[in-house]
Amino acid sequence: MKRLINEHPPHTVGYLLGLLPFALLLLAYVAASAARLAENPDDPLLPSLGMMLETFWRLATEPSRRTGELVLWVDTAASLTRLALGVGISMLTGLVVGILAGLIPYSGRTLSPLITAVAMIPPLAVLPILFITFGVGELAKVVLIVFGIAPFIIRDVQQRVEELPTEQLIKAQTLGASTWLMVLRVVLPQVFPRLLDATRLALGAAWLFLIASEAIAATEGLGYRIFLVRRFLDMATILPYVVWITLLAFLFDLLLRLANRWLFPWYGGRRR
Amino acid sequence: MIVTLRNVWKTYGRDVVLERLNLEVRTGEFVTIVGASGCGKTTFLRMLLGEEAPSRGELLLEGAPMPAEPGPDRGVVFQKYSVFPHLNALDNVLVAEEFGRARFTGRLFGGVRRRARTKALEMLEAVGLTHALKKYPHELSGGMQQRLAIAQALMKNPKILLLDEPFGALDPGIRRDMHALILDLWRRRRLTIFMVTHDLKEGFYLGTRLLVFDKVRHDPQAPNAYGANITYDIPVGRIEPELLEEIRDQTGLPVAPEAGSGG
Repeated sequence: MKRLINEHPPHTVGYLLGLLPFALLLLAYVAASAARLAENPDDPLLPSLGMMLETFWRLATEPSRRTGELVLWVDTAASLTRLALGVGISMLTGLVVGILAGLIPYSGRTLSPLITAVAMIPPLAVLPILFITFGVGELAKVVLIVFGIAPFIIRDVQQRVEELPTEQLIKAQTLGASTWLMVLRVVLPQVFPRLLDATRLALGAAWLFLIASEAIAATEGLGYRIFLVRRFLDMATILPYVVWITLLAFLFDLLLRLANRWLFPWYGGRRR
Repeated sequence: MIVTLRNVWKTYGRDVVLERLNLEVRTGEFVTIVGASGCGKTTFLRMLLGEEAPSRGELLLEGAPMPAEPGPDRGVVFQKYSVFPHLNALDNVLVAEEFGRARFTGRLFGGVRRRARTKALEMLEAVGLTHALKKYPHELSGGMQQRLAIAQALMKNPKILLLDEPFGALDPGIRRDMHALILDLWRRRRLTIFMVTHDLKEGFYLGTRLLVFDKVRHDPQAPNAYGANITYDIPVGRIEPELLEEIRDQTGLPVAPEAGSGG
Protein backbone atom coordinates (compact mmCIF):
# COMPACT_ATOMS: atom_id res chain seq x y z
CA MET A 1 0.00 0.00 0.00
CA LYS A 2 1.48 3.32 -1.08
CA ARG A 3 1.06 6.52 0.87
CA LEU A 4 -2.17 8.34 0.17
CA ILE A 5 -0.40 11.29 -1.52
CA ASN A 6 1.19 8.89 -4.02
CA GLU A 7 -2.04 7.23 -5.10
CA HIS A 8 -3.30 8.66 -8.41
CA PRO A 9 -6.70 7.77 -9.91
CA PRO A 10 -6.63 6.34 -13.47
CA HIS A 11 -7.76 8.68 -16.24
CA THR A 12 -11.45 7.74 -16.53
CA VAL A 13 -11.84 7.29 -12.81
CA GLY A 14 -10.48 10.81 -12.41
CA TYR A 15 -13.20 12.21 -14.69
CA LEU A 16 -15.91 10.26 -12.93
CA LEU A 17 -14.66 11.49 -9.57
CA GLY A 18 -14.89 15.04 -10.88
CA LEU A 19 -18.50 14.49 -11.96
CA LEU A 20 -19.48 12.80 -8.72
CA PRO A 21 -20.12 15.93 -6.58
CA PHE A 22 -22.26 17.41 -9.37
CA ALA A 23 -24.30 14.23 -9.62
CA LEU A 24 -24.75 14.08 -5.85
CA LEU A 25 -25.89 17.71 -5.67
CA LEU A 26 -28.32 17.19 -8.52
CA LEU A 27 -29.67 14.04 -6.90
CA ALA A 28 -30.12 15.79 -3.55
CA TYR A 29 -31.98 18.61 -5.29
CA VAL A 30 -34.26 16.31 -7.27
CA ALA A 31 -35.12 14.32 -4.13
CA ALA A 32 -35.83 17.44 -2.06
CA SER A 33 -37.88 18.99 -4.85
CA ALA A 34 -39.93 15.80 -5.35
CA ALA A 35 -40.63 15.56 -1.61
CA ARG A 36 -41.78 19.17 -1.43
CA LEU A 37 -43.92 19.01 -4.57
CA ALA A 38 -45.60 15.83 -3.32
CA GLU A 39 -46.92 17.84 -0.39
CA ASN A 40 -47.91 20.90 -2.41
CA PRO A 41 -47.73 20.79 -6.24
CA ASP A 42 -47.78 24.65 -6.39
CA ASP A 43 -44.79 25.10 -4.12
CA PRO A 44 -42.46 27.59 -5.91
CA LEU A 45 -39.27 27.13 -3.85
CA LEU A 46 -37.85 23.92 -5.29
CA PRO A 47 -39.30 23.52 -8.79
CA SER A 48 -38.72 20.25 -10.61
CA LEU A 49 -36.15 20.03 -13.40
CA GLY A 50 -38.99 19.79 -15.92
CA MET A 51 -40.60 22.98 -14.67
CA MET A 52 -37.30 24.85 -14.85
CA LEU A 53 -36.58 23.61 -18.35
CA GLU A 54 -40.08 24.61 -19.43
CA THR A 55 -39.72 28.13 -18.00
CA PHE A 56 -36.28 28.54 -19.54
CA TRP A 57 -37.54 27.35 -22.91
CA ARG A 58 -40.49 29.74 -22.73
CA LEU A 59 -38.23 32.69 -21.89
CA ALA A 60 -35.91 31.77 -24.74
CA THR A 61 -38.48 31.13 -27.50
CA GLU A 62 -41.83 32.78 -26.70
CA PRO A 63 -42.23 36.56 -27.00
CA SER A 64 -43.16 38.13 -23.69
CA ARG A 65 -46.85 39.01 -23.44
CA ARG A 66 -46.01 42.39 -21.98
CA THR A 67 -43.24 43.60 -24.30
CA GLY A 68 -43.33 41.15 -27.23
CA GLU A 69 -39.61 40.39 -26.82
CA LEU A 70 -37.73 37.16 -26.26
CA VAL A 71 -36.83 37.83 -22.65
CA LEU A 72 -33.79 35.59 -22.28
CA TRP A 73 -32.02 36.95 -25.36
CA VAL A 74 -32.84 40.56 -24.59
CA ASP A 75 -31.46 40.06 -21.08
CA THR A 76 -28.39 38.23 -22.34
CA ALA A 77 -27.62 40.82 -25.03
CA ALA A 78 -28.03 43.71 -22.58
CA SER A 79 -25.82 42.11 -19.92
CA LEU A 80 -23.12 40.98 -22.33
CA THR A 81 -22.95 44.39 -23.98
CA ARG A 82 -22.37 46.00 -20.58
CA LEU A 83 -19.87 43.32 -19.62
CA ALA A 84 -17.97 43.57 -22.92
CA LEU A 85 -17.79 47.36 -22.74
CA GLY A 86 -16.70 47.32 -19.10
CA VAL A 87 -14.12 44.58 -19.55
CA GLY A 88 -12.88 45.98 -22.88
CA ILE A 89 -12.34 49.46 -21.47
CA SER A 90 -10.65 47.97 -18.41
CA MET A 91 -8.26 45.93 -20.58
CA LEU A 92 -7.32 48.95 -22.66
CA THR A 93 -6.84 51.09 -19.56
CA GLY A 94 -4.88 48.30 -17.93
CA LEU A 95 -2.55 47.99 -20.89
CA VAL A 96 -1.86 51.70 -21.34
CA VAL A 97 -1.64 52.71 -17.68
CA GLY A 98 0.09 49.49 -16.63
CA ILE A 99 2.87 49.97 -19.18
CA LEU A 100 3.21 53.69 -18.42
CA ALA A 101 3.47 52.92 -14.70
CA GLY A 102 5.72 49.90 -15.05
CA LEU A 103 8.19 51.01 -17.70
CA ILE A 104 8.71 54.76 -17.49
CA PRO A 105 10.06 55.99 -14.13
CA TYR A 106 8.48 59.46 -14.33
CA SER A 107 4.96 58.26 -15.09
CA GLY A 108 5.45 55.35 -12.66
CA ARG A 109 6.20 57.67 -9.77
CA THR A 110 3.22 59.83 -10.75
CA LEU A 111 0.67 57.05 -11.24
CA SER A 112 1.57 54.28 -8.78
CA PRO A 113 0.28 55.92 -5.57
CA LEU A 114 -2.96 56.90 -7.29
CA ILE A 115 -3.52 53.38 -8.63
CA THR A 116 -2.86 51.89 -5.20
CA ALA A 117 -5.29 54.31 -3.57
CA VAL A 118 -8.05 53.80 -6.13
CA ALA A 119 -7.68 50.02 -5.88
CA MET A 120 -8.43 50.29 -2.15
CA ILE A 121 -11.86 51.91 -2.64
CA PRO A 122 -14.62 49.29 -2.45
CA PRO A 123 -16.35 49.68 -5.84
CA LEU A 124 -19.84 49.00 -4.53
CA ALA A 125 -19.45 51.87 -2.09
CA VAL A 126 -19.11 54.29 -4.98
CA LEU A 127 -22.06 52.83 -6.88
CA PRO A 128 -24.44 55.52 -5.54
CA ILE A 129 -21.96 58.17 -6.68
CA LEU A 130 -21.87 56.60 -10.13
CA PHE A 131 -25.66 56.52 -10.34
CA ILE A 132 -25.86 60.17 -9.25
CA THR A 133 -23.11 61.26 -11.63
CA PHE A 134 -23.86 59.19 -14.70
CA GLY A 135 -27.58 58.58 -14.21
CA VAL A 136 -29.17 55.16 -14.02
CA GLY A 137 -28.48 54.39 -17.70
CA GLU A 138 -25.87 52.12 -19.27
CA LEU A 139 -22.91 54.36 -18.50
CA ALA A 140 -23.05 53.95 -14.72
CA LYS A 141 -23.09 50.14 -15.03
CA VAL A 142 -20.13 50.11 -17.40
CA VAL A 143 -18.23 52.55 -15.21
CA LEU A 144 -18.85 50.36 -12.15
CA ILE A 145 -17.29 47.37 -13.91
CA VAL A 146 -14.33 49.49 -15.00
CA PHE A 147 -13.96 50.89 -11.51
CA GLY A 148 -14.12 47.41 -10.07
CA ILE A 149 -11.63 45.57 -12.27
CA ALA A 150 -9.40 48.12 -14.04
CA PRO A 151 -7.17 48.76 -10.98
CA PHE A 152 -6.52 45.04 -10.64
CA ILE A 153 -5.66 44.68 -14.33
CA ILE A 154 -3.47 47.80 -14.27
CA ARG A 155 -1.49 46.51 -11.30
CA ASP A 156 -1.07 43.08 -12.85
CA VAL A 157 0.20 44.54 -16.13
CA GLN A 158 2.46 46.94 -14.23
CA GLN A 159 3.89 44.09 -12.21
CA ARG A 160 4.52 42.04 -15.35
CA VAL A 161 6.33 44.95 -16.95
CA GLU A 162 8.45 45.42 -13.83
CA GLU A 163 9.27 41.71 -13.84
CA LEU A 164 10.76 41.88 -17.33
CA PRO A 165 14.47 41.20 -16.84
CA THR A 166 16.51 44.42 -17.02
CA GLU A 167 18.86 42.52 -19.30
CA GLN A 168 16.18 42.43 -22.01
CA LEU A 169 15.65 46.17 -21.95
CA ILE A 170 19.39 46.85 -21.92
CA LYS A 171 19.81 44.46 -24.82
CA ALA A 172 17.07 46.22 -26.78
CA GLN A 173 18.82 49.53 -26.20
CA THR A 174 22.13 48.14 -27.42
CA LEU A 175 20.26 47.08 -30.56
CA GLY A 176 19.20 50.69 -31.07
CA ALA A 177 15.60 50.60 -29.83
CA SER A 178 13.90 53.81 -28.71
CA THR A 179 11.49 53.80 -25.76
CA TRP A 180 8.58 53.60 -28.19
CA LEU A 181 10.05 50.65 -30.07
CA MET A 182 10.75 48.84 -26.81
CA VAL A 183 7.09 49.28 -25.86
CA LEU A 184 6.00 48.06 -29.28
CA ARG A 185 8.32 45.10 -29.82
CA VAL A 186 9.53 44.02 -26.38
CA VAL A 187 7.00 45.04 -23.72
CA LEU A 188 3.58 44.84 -25.42
CA PRO A 189 3.95 41.33 -26.88
CA GLN A 190 5.19 39.98 -23.55
CA VAL A 191 2.45 41.70 -21.58
CA PHE A 192 -0.44 40.58 -23.80
CA PRO A 193 -0.72 37.00 -22.53
CA ARG A 194 -0.56 38.27 -18.96
CA LEU A 195 -3.32 40.76 -19.80
CA LEU A 196 -5.54 37.91 -20.95
CA ASP A 197 -4.74 35.99 -17.76
CA ALA A 198 -5.56 38.99 -15.60
CA THR A 199 -8.80 39.56 -17.49
CA ARG A 200 -9.74 35.95 -16.96
CA LEU A 201 -9.26 36.32 -13.22
CA ALA A 202 -11.15 39.63 -13.19
CA LEU A 203 -14.18 38.25 -15.03
CA GLY A 204 -15.75 36.88 -11.84
CA ALA A 205 -15.57 40.31 -10.24
CA ALA A 206 -16.90 41.90 -13.45
CA TRP A 207 -19.99 39.68 -13.29
CA LEU A 208 -20.46 40.58 -9.64
CA PHE A 209 -20.45 44.30 -10.36
CA LEU A 210 -22.66 43.85 -13.42
CA ILE A 211 -25.34 41.96 -11.53
CA ALA A 212 -25.14 44.32 -8.57
CA SER A 213 -25.74 47.37 -10.73
CA GLU A 214 -28.48 45.65 -12.72
CA ALA A 215 -30.19 44.61 -9.50
CA ILE A 216 -30.41 48.23 -8.41
CA ALA A 217 -31.43 50.03 -11.57
CA ALA A 218 -32.13 48.50 -14.98
CA THR A 219 -34.94 47.64 -17.35
CA GLU A 220 -33.41 44.46 -18.74
CA GLY A 221 -30.42 42.23 -18.11
CA LEU A 222 -29.70 38.88 -16.50
CA GLY A 223 -29.16 40.36 -13.04
CA TYR A 224 -32.23 42.58 -13.39
CA ARG A 225 -34.43 39.58 -14.24
CA ILE A 226 -33.26 37.51 -11.28
CA PHE A 227 -33.93 40.31 -8.84
CA LEU A 228 -37.26 41.16 -10.51
CA VAL A 229 -38.77 37.69 -10.26
CA ARG A 230 -37.41 37.27 -6.72
CA ARG A 231 -40.52 39.14 -5.60
CA PHE A 232 -42.68 36.24 -6.79
CA LEU A 233 -40.31 33.61 -5.39
CA ASP A 234 -40.02 32.45 -9.02
CA MET A 235 -37.23 29.92 -8.53
CA ALA A 236 -38.12 28.27 -11.84
CA THR A 237 -36.69 31.38 -13.54
CA ILE A 238 -33.92 32.23 -11.10
CA LEU A 239 -32.20 28.84 -11.01
CA PRO A 240 -31.92 28.39 -14.82
CA TYR A 241 -30.70 31.98 -15.10
CA VAL A 242 -27.96 31.29 -12.56
CA VAL A 243 -26.93 28.19 -14.49
CA TRP A 244 -26.99 30.20 -17.74
CA ILE A 245 -24.77 32.93 -16.25
CA THR A 246 -22.38 30.30 -14.90
CA LEU A 247 -22.22 28.68 -18.33
CA LEU A 248 -21.45 32.01 -20.02
CA ALA A 249 -18.77 32.79 -17.44
CA PHE A 250 -17.23 29.36 -17.97
CA LEU A 251 -17.24 29.84 -21.75
CA PHE A 252 -15.44 33.20 -21.57
CA ASP A 253 -12.85 31.74 -19.24
CA LEU A 254 -12.26 28.87 -21.64
CA LEU A 255 -12.06 31.17 -24.67
CA LEU A 256 -9.45 33.39 -23.01
CA ARG A 257 -7.41 30.39 -22.00
CA LEU A 258 -7.48 28.93 -25.51
CA ALA A 259 -6.68 32.32 -27.04
CA ASN A 260 -3.59 32.53 -24.85
CA ARG A 261 -2.43 29.11 -25.93
CA TRP A 262 -3.02 29.71 -29.65
CA LEU A 263 -1.80 33.28 -29.91
CA PHE A 264 1.27 33.04 -27.69
CA PRO A 265 2.88 29.62 -28.09
CA TRP A 266 6.04 30.84 -26.35
CA TYR A 267 4.17 31.87 -23.18
CA GLY A 268 3.64 28.48 -21.55
CA GLY A 269 7.16 27.32 -22.38
CA ARG A 270 8.79 30.36 -20.89
CA ARG A 271 7.30 29.58 -17.49
CA ARG A 272 8.78 26.13 -17.22
CA MET B 1 42.45 54.05 -28.08
CA ILE B 2 38.93 52.75 -28.08
CA VAL B 3 38.39 52.86 -24.32
CA THR B 4 40.25 55.11 -21.89
CA LEU B 5 39.85 55.36 -18.11
CA ARG B 6 41.58 58.15 -16.24
CA ASN B 7 41.42 57.93 -12.45
CA VAL B 8 37.90 56.52 -12.47
CA TRP B 9 36.07 55.98 -9.15
CA LYS B 10 32.69 54.47 -8.50
CA THR B 11 31.05 55.11 -5.14
CA TYR B 12 27.59 54.57 -3.73
CA GLY B 13 27.17 57.00 -0.86
CA ARG B 14 30.17 56.23 1.39
CA ASP B 15 30.76 52.79 -0.11
CA VAL B 16 33.61 52.71 -2.57
CA VAL B 17 33.28 50.01 -5.22
CA LEU B 18 36.06 50.95 -7.62
CA GLU B 19 38.92 53.36 -7.09
CA ARG B 20 41.72 54.91 -9.13
CA LEU B 21 41.16 52.93 -12.29
CA ASN B 22 43.51 53.78 -15.15
CA LEU B 23 43.31 51.83 -18.36
CA GLU B 24 43.81 52.16 -22.08
CA VAL B 25 42.40 49.58 -24.42
CA ARG B 26 43.19 49.44 -28.15
CA THR B 27 40.84 48.39 -30.92
CA GLY B 28 40.96 44.64 -31.44
CA GLU B 29 41.99 43.68 -27.92
CA PHE B 30 40.23 40.82 -26.16
CA VAL B 31 40.18 41.90 -22.53
CA THR B 32 39.16 39.34 -19.95
CA ILE B 33 38.28 40.48 -16.45
CA VAL B 34 38.47 38.25 -13.39
CA GLY B 35 38.07 38.86 -9.68
CA ALA B 36 36.29 37.64 -6.59
CA SER B 37 32.55 38.23 -6.19
CA GLY B 38 31.68 41.78 -5.25
CA CYS B 39 34.93 43.27 -6.48
CA GLY B 40 33.28 45.55 -9.00
CA LYS B 41 33.74 43.59 -12.24
CA THR B 42 30.09 43.88 -13.08
CA THR B 43 30.00 47.52 -12.01
CA PHE B 44 32.88 48.13 -14.40
CA LEU B 45 30.97 46.45 -17.22
CA ARG B 46 27.85 48.46 -16.39
CA MET B 47 29.91 51.64 -16.69
CA LEU B 48 31.07 50.57 -20.14
CA LEU B 49 27.44 49.88 -21.02
CA GLY B 50 26.39 53.33 -19.86
CA GLU B 51 24.08 51.90 -17.21
CA GLU B 52 26.23 53.52 -14.52
CA ALA B 53 28.31 56.69 -14.70
CA PRO B 54 31.69 57.03 -12.99
CA SER B 55 31.51 59.01 -9.74
CA ARG B 56 34.86 60.61 -10.46
CA GLY B 57 37.37 60.56 -13.28
CA GLU B 58 37.08 60.22 -17.03
CA LEU B 59 35.67 57.31 -19.00
CA LEU B 60 36.14 57.78 -22.73
CA LEU B 61 34.93 55.86 -25.76
CA GLU B 62 37.08 56.74 -28.78
CA GLY B 63 38.19 59.90 -27.00
CA ALA B 64 34.67 61.17 -26.27
CA PRO B 65 32.85 60.80 -22.92
CA MET B 66 31.00 57.49 -22.64
CA PRO B 67 27.30 57.99 -23.51
CA ALA B 68 25.12 57.96 -20.37
CA GLU B 69 22.84 55.16 -21.60
CA PRO B 70 23.22 51.91 -23.54
CA GLY B 71 23.41 52.31 -27.32
CA PRO B 72 24.12 50.38 -30.51
CA ASP B 73 27.85 51.18 -30.42
CA ARG B 74 28.24 48.78 -27.46
CA GLY B 75 26.87 45.26 -27.82
CA VAL B 76 26.24 43.01 -24.84
CA VAL B 77 25.64 39.37 -23.96
CA PHE B 78 24.56 38.56 -20.41
CA GLN B 79 24.67 35.22 -18.65
CA LYS B 80 20.93 34.88 -19.19
CA TYR B 81 17.83 36.79 -20.35
CA SER B 82 19.79 38.18 -23.31
CA VAL B 83 17.28 37.10 -25.96
CA PHE B 84 13.61 37.92 -26.36
CA PRO B 85 11.46 34.95 -25.29
CA HIS B 86 8.49 35.94 -27.48
CA LEU B 87 10.46 35.95 -30.75
CA ASN B 88 11.84 32.97 -32.63
CA ALA B 89 15.54 32.78 -33.40
CA LEU B 90 15.31 34.53 -36.78
CA ASP B 91 13.09 37.32 -35.45
CA ASN B 92 15.38 37.77 -32.45
CA VAL B 93 18.18 38.70 -34.84
CA LEU B 94 16.02 40.47 -37.40
CA VAL B 95 14.58 42.74 -34.69
CA ALA B 96 18.02 44.38 -34.37
CA GLU B 97 17.71 45.63 -37.95
CA GLU B 98 14.11 46.64 -37.42
CA PHE B 99 14.93 48.66 -34.29
CA GLY B 100 17.46 50.65 -36.26
CA ARG B 101 15.55 51.21 -39.49
CA ALA B 102 11.83 51.39 -38.69
CA ARG B 103 11.75 54.16 -36.12
CA PHE B 104 7.97 54.21 -35.79
CA THR B 105 6.49 50.83 -36.72
CA GLY B 106 9.41 48.68 -35.58
CA ARG B 107 8.83 46.46 -38.60
CA LEU B 108 10.34 46.31 -42.08
CA PHE B 109 8.49 45.37 -45.25
CA GLY B 110 9.22 44.40 -48.84
CA GLY B 111 12.73 44.64 -50.25
CA VAL B 112 14.21 46.26 -47.16
CA ARG B 113 12.90 43.38 -45.10
CA ARG B 114 14.32 40.80 -47.52
CA ARG B 115 17.77 42.38 -47.33
CA ALA B 116 17.58 42.57 -43.52
CA ARG B 117 16.49 38.94 -43.48
CA THR B 118 19.47 37.93 -45.61
CA LYS B 119 21.80 39.74 -43.22
CA ALA B 120 20.13 38.06 -40.24
CA LEU B 121 20.43 34.64 -41.88
CA GLU B 122 24.15 35.20 -42.53
CA MET B 123 24.64 36.13 -38.90
CA LEU B 124 22.77 33.07 -37.68
CA GLU B 125 24.89 30.93 -39.98
CA ALA B 126 28.04 32.48 -38.52
CA VAL B 127 27.04 31.30 -35.05
CA GLY B 128 25.77 27.93 -36.29
CA LEU B 129 22.04 28.31 -35.77
CA THR B 130 20.78 27.82 -39.33
CA HIS B 131 18.88 24.70 -38.29
CA ALA B 132 16.86 26.46 -35.58
CA LEU B 133 15.49 29.58 -37.27
CA LYS B 134 11.88 29.04 -36.24
CA LYS B 135 12.58 27.88 -32.70
CA TYR B 136 11.64 29.98 -29.69
CA PRO B 137 14.36 30.53 -27.06
CA HIS B 138 12.71 28.15 -24.58
CA GLU B 139 13.11 25.41 -27.19
CA LEU B 140 16.87 26.09 -27.47
CA SER B 141 19.58 24.74 -25.17
CA GLY B 142 21.56 27.15 -23.00
CA GLY B 143 24.49 27.13 -25.44
CA MET B 144 22.24 27.80 -28.42
CA GLN B 145 20.56 30.68 -26.59
CA GLN B 146 23.98 32.24 -26.02
CA ARG B 147 24.86 31.76 -29.70
CA LEU B 148 21.64 33.57 -30.54
CA ALA B 149 22.47 36.38 -28.11
CA ILE B 150 25.89 36.79 -29.74
CA ALA B 151 24.38 36.88 -33.24
CA GLN B 152 21.92 39.51 -32.06
CA ALA B 153 24.67 41.67 -30.56
CA LEU B 154 26.85 41.47 -33.67
CA MET B 155 24.06 42.65 -36.00
CA LYS B 156 24.85 46.23 -35.00
CA ASN B 157 28.61 45.94 -35.64
CA PRO B 158 29.29 47.36 -32.15
CA LYS B 159 32.57 49.14 -31.46
CA ILE B 160 32.96 47.05 -28.34
CA LEU B 161 31.32 43.81 -27.33
CA LEU B 162 30.66 43.30 -23.62
CA LEU B 163 30.28 39.76 -22.31
CA ASP B 164 29.08 39.32 -18.72
CA GLU B 165 29.95 35.74 -17.72
CA PRO B 166 28.32 34.58 -20.93
CA PHE B 167 29.34 30.94 -20.55
CA GLY B 168 29.06 30.69 -16.76
CA ALA B 169 25.88 28.61 -16.82
CA LEU B 170 26.99 26.18 -19.54
CA ASP B 171 28.32 22.63 -19.30
CA PRO B 172 32.10 22.29 -19.82
CA GLY B 173 31.79 20.66 -23.27
CA ILE B 174 29.41 23.30 -24.56
CA ARG B 175 31.63 25.95 -23.04
CA ARG B 176 34.59 24.74 -25.11
CA ASP B 177 32.50 25.04 -28.29
CA MET B 178 31.50 28.54 -27.30
CA HIS B 179 35.17 29.48 -26.69
CA ALA B 180 36.02 28.34 -30.21
CA LEU B 181 33.08 30.32 -31.61
CA ILE B 182 33.88 33.55 -29.82
CA LEU B 183 37.59 33.37 -30.73
CA ASP B 184 36.69 32.73 -34.35
CA LEU B 185 34.25 35.66 -34.45
CA TRP B 186 36.75 37.91 -32.67
CA ARG B 187 39.48 37.14 -35.23
CA ARG B 188 37.35 37.31 -38.33
CA ARG B 189 35.32 40.38 -37.42
CA ARG B 190 38.18 42.22 -35.63
CA LEU B 191 36.03 42.80 -32.55
CA THR B 192 37.06 44.55 -29.37
CA ILE B 193 35.82 42.43 -26.49
CA PHE B 194 35.49 42.93 -22.73
CA MET B 195 34.58 39.72 -21.00
CA VAL B 196 33.90 39.19 -17.31
CA THR B 197 34.47 35.65 -16.12
CA HIS B 198 34.71 33.62 -12.93
CA ASP B 199 36.99 31.13 -14.58
CA LEU B 200 40.65 32.09 -14.43
CA LYS B 201 41.64 29.50 -17.05
CA GLU B 202 38.96 30.82 -19.38
CA GLY B 203 40.33 34.32 -18.80
CA PHE B 204 43.84 33.24 -19.73
CA TYR B 205 42.79 31.08 -22.63
CA LEU B 206 40.49 33.53 -24.38
CA GLY B 207 41.95 36.97 -23.82
CA THR B 208 44.86 38.90 -25.24
CA ARG B 209 44.93 40.78 -21.99
CA LEU B 210 43.83 39.78 -18.52
CA LEU B 211 42.68 42.25 -15.88
CA VAL B 212 42.38 41.18 -12.25
CA PHE B 213 40.13 43.28 -10.03
CA ASP B 214 40.80 43.17 -6.31
CA LYS B 215 40.85 45.33 -3.21
CA VAL B 216 44.35 46.43 -2.31
CA ARG B 217 43.49 48.28 0.85
CA HIS B 218 41.40 46.78 3.59
CA ASP B 219 39.85 48.35 6.66
CA PRO B 220 38.39 45.56 8.79
CA GLN B 221 36.25 48.09 10.66
CA ALA B 222 34.71 49.42 7.45
CA PRO B 223 34.80 46.79 4.71
CA ASN B 224 33.34 49.16 2.12
CA ALA B 225 35.64 52.09 2.79
CA TYR B 226 38.04 51.11 0.04
CA GLY B 227 37.21 49.98 -3.48
CA ALA B 228 38.75 47.48 -5.83
CA ASN B 229 41.46 48.31 -8.28
CA ILE B 230 43.14 46.59 -11.20
CA THR B 231 45.82 44.56 -9.44
CA TYR B 232 47.15 42.72 -12.50
CA ASP B 233 47.11 43.82 -16.12
CA ILE B 234 48.80 41.03 -18.00
CA PRO B 235 49.27 40.63 -21.73
CA VAL B 236 48.25 37.05 -22.14
CA GLY B 237 50.85 34.83 -23.76
CA ARG B 238 53.32 34.75 -20.92
CA ILE B 239 51.35 32.58 -18.56
CA GLU B 240 53.60 31.02 -16.02
CA PRO B 241 51.99 28.53 -13.66
CA GLU B 242 53.40 30.49 -10.71
CA LEU B 243 51.55 33.59 -11.86
CA LEU B 244 48.31 31.65 -12.16
CA GLU B 245 48.85 30.35 -8.61
CA GLU B 246 49.62 33.83 -7.33
CA ILE B 247 46.47 35.32 -8.82
CA ARG B 248 44.43 32.43 -7.59
CA ASP B 249 45.73 32.87 -4.07
CA GLN B 250 45.07 36.57 -4.16
CA THR B 251 41.51 36.47 -5.52
CA GLY B 252 40.43 33.16 -4.04
CA LEU B 253 39.11 32.15 -7.45
CA PRO B 254 39.00 28.51 -8.51
CA VAL B 255 40.96 27.90 -11.70
CA ALA B 256 38.07 26.05 -13.32
CA PRO B 257 34.87 26.45 -11.38
CA GLU B 258 32.14 23.86 -11.67
CA ALA B 259 29.64 24.48 -14.42
CA GLY B 260 26.72 26.62 -13.40
CA SER B 261 28.46 28.14 -10.41
CA GLY B 262 28.54 31.62 -11.90
CA GLY B 263 26.27 34.37 -10.74
